[in-house]
Amino acid sequence: MHKTSIKTDMTSSIFDIFNYFILILLCVVTLYPFLYTMSASISDPLLVMQNRIVLFPKGINFDAYQLVFQKMDIGRGFYNSVVYTVVGTAINILFTSITAYALSRKEFALRIFITKFIVFTMFFSGGLIPTFLVVRYLGMYNSMWALVVPVAIATWNLLILKSFFSQIPESLIESARIDGSHDLYILFKIIFPLSLPALATIGLFYAVGHWNNFFSALIFITDNKLYPLQLMIRNISILENIVDVVTIDNSILFKNIKYAVIFISSLPMICLYPFIQRYFVKGVTIGSLKE
Amino acid sequence: MFVWYINSFPRKEVKQNGKVHENRICTIVWNCHKKYTAIIADLILVKFSAGGYTVNSTEINKQFVLQKSNIGTKNKILVDFKKNKFLLLIVLPGLLYYLIFNYLPMFGLVIAFKDYRVSAGFLEGDWIGFKHFVDFFKDPYFFKLLRNTFAINLYNLILGFPLPIILALLLNEVRVNSFKRIVQTISYLPNFISIVIVSGMVINFLSPQTGIVNLLLKGIFGIEPISFMTKPEYFWGIFTLMNVWKTLGWNSILYIAAISGVNLALYDAAVVDGASRFRRIWHVTLPSISPTIIIVLILTIGQMLKVGAEPIILMYNPTIYETADVISTYVYRAGFGTENISPNYSFATAVGLFNSVVSLVLLYSANLISRKFSETSLW
Repeated sequence: MHKTSIKTDMTSSIFDIFNYFILILLCVVTLYPFLYTMSASISDPLLVMQNRIVLFPKGINFDAYQLVFQKMDIGRGFYNSVVYTVVGTAINILFTSITAYALSRKEFALRIFITKFIVFTMFFSGGLIPTFLVVRYLGMYNSMWALVVPVAIATWNLLILKSFFSQIPESLIESARIDGSHDLYILFKIIFPLSLPALATIGLFYAVGHWNNFFSALIFITDNKLYPLQLMIRNISILENIVDVVTIDNSILFKNIKYAVIFISSLPMICLYPFIQRYFVKGVTIGSLKE
Repeated sequence: MFVWYINSFPRKEVKQNGKVHENRICTIVWNCHKKYTAIIADLILVKFSAGGYTVNSTEINKQFVLQKSNIGTKNKILVDFKKNKFLLLIVLPGLLYYLIFNYLPMFGLVIAFKDYRVSAGFLEGDWIGFKHFVDFFKDPYFFKLLRNTFAINLYNLILGFPLPIILALLLNEVRVNSFKRIVQTISYLPNFISIVIVSGMVINFLSPQTGIVNLLLKGIFGIEPISFMTKPEYFWGIFTLMNVWKTLGWNSILYIAAISGVNLALYDAAVVDGASRFRRIWHVTLPSISPTIIIVLILTIGQMLKVGAEPIILMYNPTIYETADVISTYVYRAGFGTENISPNYSFATAVGLFNSVVSLVLLYSANLISRKFSETSLW
């Protein structure tokens, strides 16, 4: 064998070892916080207080979870978040899909003007306060509508869907029209079923956005019965507003409660994520193909 | 008789010298003598001149091109209205949405130049010109806000921009597909975890008494516990690391997609030329994905001032405003008020407007520079 090729092989395998090491390290760094949060939430509160948990739970104890579910109304936060996510995503998909379809049809001469009109908002906006005032003026303040209507269309998702629709062959629509189908039928029975994967991807992006949203709730919702889960987590684990629940006998559970709340609220995403991940990745590549 | 027949010839819109022409190409299907063609042409002219057509060319007794020039834009929009009633109808809700929730607030920016009272509408209140802007620029706190905004963004750019590219390159060198998929799946995960949960974890992990970070620092390096979240000097670093942790994997997707589009023949050629793996990465992969890299860089720079208020509002506290307060968080506090500040919509809007305008200028210049030095630009 030639000398240089042995040398290249050596560097190549050193590179491989180094590469695998880095990537494994990345996975560990990514997953460790979740593991630690879980361990700390179910460990013996005394050990948590003394900062003795490093990786795995010690002295299993579920008192914190009991307290969270019985006294903290986490259930209602959960319920609110589910409602906001379902209603919000339904509005998103309806608005985004019909607008994207109209803008994707080449025979629609106004589409160029309207697209420019819409894309402009990606670069310039009224900002926080004027938007807040408009929403309040419309009477949506302190209601679910303030969380779902002002974000009915995300321009980026609209553009992704528009580019997807424009790939549907014109002849398909023409032939349906010749067969006597009217426009609404074509849209809902031909176009949308054909675009189901794209609609699912966009819908998932929207749903995650609604589920994780806390800022609109922070500025628009004052009634704590309407708080979504994220706002409740913030109040408990960051602002530490748990005086009414934590008494002298269970004050030792303080840390456990914080970790328990964080873990409970991240659980739905961690469980669902592996199954829906491929849709997200598809969404990004739909967009990048058109760039 | 055939004149009516001609009516059914297809229309075609043609652009010539910036004007729109409507052409009808008439093919006469039967053979006839040349002199008849001329008569036919005359007849056609008579029939269509009323509609504004001219016979543009006569082609060896088979074809005419009838041309109707200059359909005005107004006319065209009218035609569009009639033809595309349905599309117009379904674009209406979206259009209304953009008008109400995007353009109306832009109109609402006028309150930045007014003395706006909470109970009044956009149009009421006295004009005070640039007073709010001047107040903001004169305040020594303005420079601190500007410094923090740029510093946090610069930290994010230096660490957060190259790392996803490196991750994509490293992933591309992995030959075991299942391993590659697992790493990708895990590294995308934090992007979907809400910022509330992430900052909750960061704050709790950094706690001086019970935080895991201080435990590890003490165990490994023997460092005494540090109260990270009350020391201004740590905030930029903590915030950047949190951001990188959250977005690293997800931001690499675009590059991974770009790499998968690289022509494999280029690698084969490089191997034949005796290029090592590093050489292949450096001379083949990187140049091939450079348009993607530039686009992302332009967008990142364009968003430098738009550092979101959300993660910072979750993480900061008055002891570290010194370094943690940025323009958007200041807009939030000035607009909605805190224990010490009474809410002032006008002033907050002025600060927000300043932020938007500078962002726009940044994006525009980044794009301009990129267009000058490379072929890639956003528009």
